[in-house]
Amino acid sequence: MSYSERARQLLASSKASEGDTVRLKAGGKEHVGILMPHHEFSHPDVIVIKLKSGYNIGVRIDERSELSLELKAQDRPVRPGTIETSGDKPIISFLGTGGTIASYVDYRTGAVHPALKAEELVATVPELSEICRMRSKVVFSIFSENMDVEHWQSLAVAVAEELNDGVEGVIVPHGTDTLGFTSAALSFMLGDIPRPVVLVGAQRSSDRPSSDSYGNLLSAARLCVGTDAAEVFVLMHGETSDSYANVHRGTKVRKMHTSRRDAFQSVNTSPVARVGLQGDLETLSECKIKSRVKVTPEVRMEKDVALLHFYPGMSPDMVKKIMQGQRGLVMAGTGLGHVSREMVQVLKETVAQGKPVVMTSQCLGGRVNLNVYDTGRDLLSAGVIPGEDMLPETALIKLMWVLGRTERPEQVGLMMLKDLRGEISERREL
Amino acid sequence: MHQMTIGIEIHQQLDTHKLFCSCRSSLVEEEGTIFHRRLRPTQSEMGEIDRAVLAQAERRMHFVYQAPKGVSCLVEADEEPPHDADVEATQTALTVSTMLGAKVMDEVHFMRKIVIDGSNTSGFQRTALVAVDGSLDLNGRSIGILSICLEEDAARKVETKDRQVTYRLDRLGIPLIEIATAPDMHDPDEVKEVAQRLGSILRSTRKVKRGLGTIREDLNISIPDGARVEIKGAQDLGLIPTYVRNEVERQRSLVEIKCLLQERKATPVPIAAKDISGLLQGSRSKVIHTALSKGGKVFCAALPLFAGTMRSADGRLRLGAEMAQYARSRGVAGIFHSDELPAYGITAEEVQVIRKEFELNEMDAFALCADLADRAGPALLAAVARANQALVGVPEETRDPLPDGTSVYSRPLPGAGRMYPETDVRPILIETERLRQIGENLPELPEARTARLMRVYGINEQQSRQLVREGHDDLFEEVSKDHSMAAVAARTFLSSYPELQKEGVELNGLSDDSVKAAFSALSAGKFAKEALPAILRELAKGQEVDHAISVLGLGAMEQGEAAQIIDAILNERADFVREKGSASVGPLMGVAMKELRGKIDGKEAADLLRKRVELFLKT
Repeated sequence: MSYSERARQLLASSKASEGDTVRLKAGGKEHVGILMPHHEFSHPDVIVIKLKSGYNIGVRIDERSELSLELKAQDRPVRPGTIETSGDKPIISFLGTGGTIASYVDYRTGAVHPALKAEELVATVPELSEICRMRSKVVFSIFSENMDVEHWQSLAVAVAEELNDGVEGVIVPHGTDTLGFTSAALSFMLGDIPRPVVLVGAQRSSDRPSSDSYGNLLSAARLCVGTDAAEVFVLMHGETSDSYANVHRGTKVRKMHTSRRDAFQSVNTSPVARVGLQGDLETLSECKIKSRVKVTPEVRMEKDVALLHFYPGMSPDMVKKIMQGQRGLVMAGTGLGHVSREMVQVLKETVAQGKPVVMTSQCLGGRVNLNVYDTGRDLLSAGVIPGEDMLPETALIKLMWVLGRTERPEQVGLMMLKDLRGEISERREL
Repeated sequence: MHQMTIGIEIHQQLDTHKLFCSCRSSLVEEEGTIFHRRLRPTQSEMGEIDRAVLAQAERRMHFVYQAPKGVSCLVEADEEPPHDADVEATQTALTVSTMLGAKVMDEVHFMRKIVIDGSNTSGFQRTALVAVDGSLDLNGRSIGILSICLEEDAARKVETKDRQVTYRLDRLGIPLIEIATAPDMHDPDEVKEVAQRLGSILRSTRKVKRGLGTIREDLNISIPDGARVEIKGAQDLGLIPTYVRNEVERQRSLVEIKCLLQERKATPVPIAAKDISGLLQGSRSKVIHTALSKGGKVFCAALPLFAGTMRSADGRLRLGAEMAQYARSRGVAGIFHSDELPAYGITAEEVQVIRKEFELNEMDAFALCADLADRAGPALLAAVARANQALVGVPEETRDPLPDGTSVYSRPLPGAGRMYPETDVRPILIETERLRQIGENLPELPEARTARLMRVYGINEQQSRQLVREGHDDLFEEVSKDHSMAAVAARTFLSSYPELQKEGVELNGLSDDSVKAAFSALSAGKFAKEALPAILRELAKGQEVDHAISVLGLGAMEQGEAAQIIDAILNERADFVREKGSASVGPLMGVAMKELRGKIDGKEAADLLRKRVELFLKT
């Protein structure tokens, strides 16, 4: 909620702005303190001030309230981030995108904001300079839930430029909500890369002493410098303790918890590596290694692809309507990859219209198998492409990317079934 | 001018759910799941890092957490955002604010107060200012109440080993009401009275926890020319006057040291330490030998013109002890200083060698520290920095209370800059209507309660007031449900308790439930009231009532059995009884009670003795 008209007028007439020291008389009480931004959930008539003790309080004003300016806020010089550029350590490029890992408390709005520049972020983790030289660029600064195809495209281009410039690795601080989508998009768009691209997030914002951002950033830098691995990875806290971070393949990773530090998990495969928060490195499975290839990003994507989560009683008509405006569909079916009999019919019609349909499983764990039951066999006959053990989100990104390359149905089918970026695993171990 | 100025902060745990989740708020024995974390200092909202936070960061602590089931969840583990503030806890804070006549904020905002000693997994404590400007009447004087806050308690420290601290999360998040008084007190005993009175107001809400550790006091003490020093977390009300007196003495001696140093025209000492391991290679001092043999070093710093301030001959000036506490906060066992040397295996010759090395004369002092180099160096520098503060006077600091009534340095006094908004918790709008309803339904105030206890239970005013003030009133009412128990109960709480405590009985071991059980056994005639203190002594050790009765041989006695014992006494003293006749009852009472105490009631025993003497004389 924003200010009421009354509060707005009182503030305007006092000429006080946020950060100024004010004297506020209301309801028989008088308070002196720093004018704070209005809290989103505060009453519209409430003005928030910070008392000398450090406490914020909300003061409800009425028509008799008085607000006067006591002292203008002094401009606080912003401390510039200093970045180490000399020496012979390898260079790592940091590309900022916003999100919890790159956030600070904005006392003008009282909220955590993803606006910290990569320079500032790096300057708050001085240990980084013991590992590498740094350069940084803000590609954009948004909450990750606002990310879209254009953002992936411009990020892929920016990453490719850095890689082609010969850096030892690219670290992309990113909001965690859609981290897995971006990592999959970059995996497909970038193809073979000479050096690692590591997306890192934080589940606790970097304004907090308990933030996981420091450990994740340091581990990402250590991974780039200390190993030969060269793929698109997601690196996040491995368990609730501050002990190690897991390195996940960009196409096999998913946020599995709303708030825990170890929310990110590799699905249907083990993490690629583990980086101890003390600096020790452990490889867990094979991956592509560093090379001298030049990157030519293939960023074209078909945006009109839908991802639908099937549920009992899901309306075939609804899906039919949705598919009118779409070029392809990924369905997260039940169990081995099933939908209702009526839905099979809709999917058949969709395929017949030249719109590819890929079946994945809402179980997430395990591989789709359309040979076992009648429904599965019907789906295969309807031309639905089994998505193997791909995550539904990865299948979505892949289908968008594949449709950006070809529209020929048999070509789409072949590409979807082929493991291009480690998104499909042949074997799943106990 | 007042000789001392004291304000207190009282922290009372509430008996509700935790403040920001639905966990039970109780302490448990289980360790639960173990995990570990590190914390880092961060910039505050205003872009500054707080000095207290930095002091903690220098220690680079590593924290282990125990997360027992039922009393901790993802919120305590800092793995889930806090839920909305507990309604019952908020209501209690508003009630207490109203009882203290304080002005409640229109909208209550939770803040994050940075604390990186590990006691909060998040690295901050959530706290909100609920009300300001109240007052407390005490013996006709008005003591100002500056603020009433609602906050979450910190995790419980269960172990410190080397540089690793272990906390249990059961206590983290228990709601606390914090009441801060104005610095309106000038007498150590008055401080205790204020604390007691605030305690009884809090208890009157019936929403607070009882027992040791559920209420903790911070004492802010200063003297003229001294400084505000906070003694944080005193749990024993009885020790409050002692803490105050000792702190006043400490500050006075520091002021004296300052004057002395000024007279001598002493100047700040360079913050530097010199490695003198070579000079003390063959030292027979155990501390130095141990340090050197594990590859450590001995560092020394000269302190020109400080002689006699580290420890004066009469023991009053003790700057050395202050310096040692600063050094210990950097992880060493302590320091040696020249006022106490030669001693501890350091010889007069070695002292001379050091004095010569630094070219010191008799007015000069030195301090040394032996340990691993990465500890001894910084520790000695901290001690030297503390010595320099003596030139300015009393440093503002936070101190930990010790059970002997003294305190030790813990960290610098925190500044105000370490708070920023807790954006995960919604502010609470306090409607006027809610406050009106609270005002109309306030719990019984201590005065009203004093009057009611007198009226209902027939005890005198002094007893009643003391029961309420010392917090025995609830239990008193419980055990006096059988009104004939009231007099015994009052005497027990007001006389037997202090006597038992003086004997060294750990009264904290005495649970309310076991006291209730003792009274119901008494009321059922299972033993005589004289035996109650003895029973309580056993209960404090953790015994059950029935067990205590049988261990003490207190099974209530049949009259016949008692008569036999009395008859035996009379027979042994037959000549005396015959000579004195019925006048022998008085002198024999003591002898009889020695045998009968606790087994039958005293009055009953006297009646029985009189009857048996009469009978004896007749035969």
